[in-house]
Amino acid sequence: MLMTMLSMFITFIGIGAVAFGGGYAMLPLFERMIVDTHGWLTNTEFLDMLAIAQVTPGPISINSATFIGFQINGIIGATLATTGLVFVPVILVSLISHNAERFKKSRLAQGIFIGLRPAFVGLIFASVYSVAGDAYVDIYSVILFGVLLVLLRGFKVHPIIVIVIAAIAGYVIYI
Amino acid sequence: MQISLPKLFLSFLKIGAFTFGGGYAMIPLFEREFVHRYKYIKEEEFEDILVICQSLPGVIAVNFAVYIGTTLRGKKGALVSGLGVTLPSFVIIMTIAAFLYQLVDHEAVVAVFKGVRVAVVVLIFSAGVKFLKQNLHFRGVFLAFLTFTLIAVFYVHPFFVIGLLAVLGYLIYIVGEVNTHADDNA
Repeated sequence: MLMTMLSMFITFIGIGAVAFGGGYAMLPLFERMIVDTHGWLTNTEFLDMLAIAQVTPGPISINSATFIGFQINGIIGATLATTGLVFVPVILVSLISHNAERFKKSRLAQGIFIGLRPAFVGLIFASVYSVAGDAYVDIYSVILFGVLLVLLRGFKVHPIIVIVIAAIAGYVIYI
Repeated sequence: MQISLPKLFLSFLKIGAFTFGGGYAMIPLFEREFVHRYKYIKEEEFEDILVICQSLPGVIAVNFAVYIGTTLRGKKGALVSGLGVTLPSFVIIMTIAAFLYQLVDHEAVVAVFKGVRVAVVVLIFSAGVKFLKQNLHFRGVFLAFLTFTLIAVFYVHPFFVIGLLAVLGYLIYIVGEVNTHADDNA
């Protein structure tokens, strides 16, 4: 268990250190490390975890890290996962907050974002690609995808309401 | 006037506990609290903090909290702000996680989650479309497609791909700079 704890802590430090672009851009890293490399969650558990992280208040990645850590080893696991995730960024923020002007003019920071901004897009679609197989199990789920997408993007329905509608639909279809 | 540490903690705790929709949804609330309501931070300074926090890796809401905390009250401020914004998530999620798996075998819960999984994919997909619209030029679409292909098709590790794209971005920036100078001299 000690080794699992250690490897989980290091995993989350690694994810936090390269997770540019916030919650959604972080998902492929979570998915690859948590589901594929370590098998701490299955693909469907991963999706369920994300749903819970979405409908509860707070940052999605903090919610996800807490959930995953808790599944692995209760409150200690949750603490390690969350602390690991923010470890490197928090050090960077404390350093940079004293040198804001220099950072803003930094050519390195401006340059890497020319590559990182489109990388977020590719990362997000890569997550969609890898989790979709576990969500789209039959024709009903494909129809539901279309309906929910129109509600979200066309009618600007709030994401939490979209999840609630999907929950009701799931109950009606699959019970 | 200096903000007290308990007040700083409570400000962030409140935002952490009542903001649905993730870190981005918190930014306007941070602005209302610290720029408009208490006037601890100037509008321009807030804009700068936003740009910097988005340029750093990690959780944007936590980066923001630590930045504001450091600016207002140094290291102790950073600590109470970071704790304040994450503590509600931490408690709520652990409570849910503790009970959820006692319910998962329940038929109704299984059915509900089959629907919910579809919604989660829709939300991720939609976030991708939103970011894609901000990068709708040849270079952006090409680099996005390259990232997707490397990760989804060739199963290259995202760590490696992120590093590669950062280096590529920097090279493009340098080449752009050289060209601009060449034009200036011509």
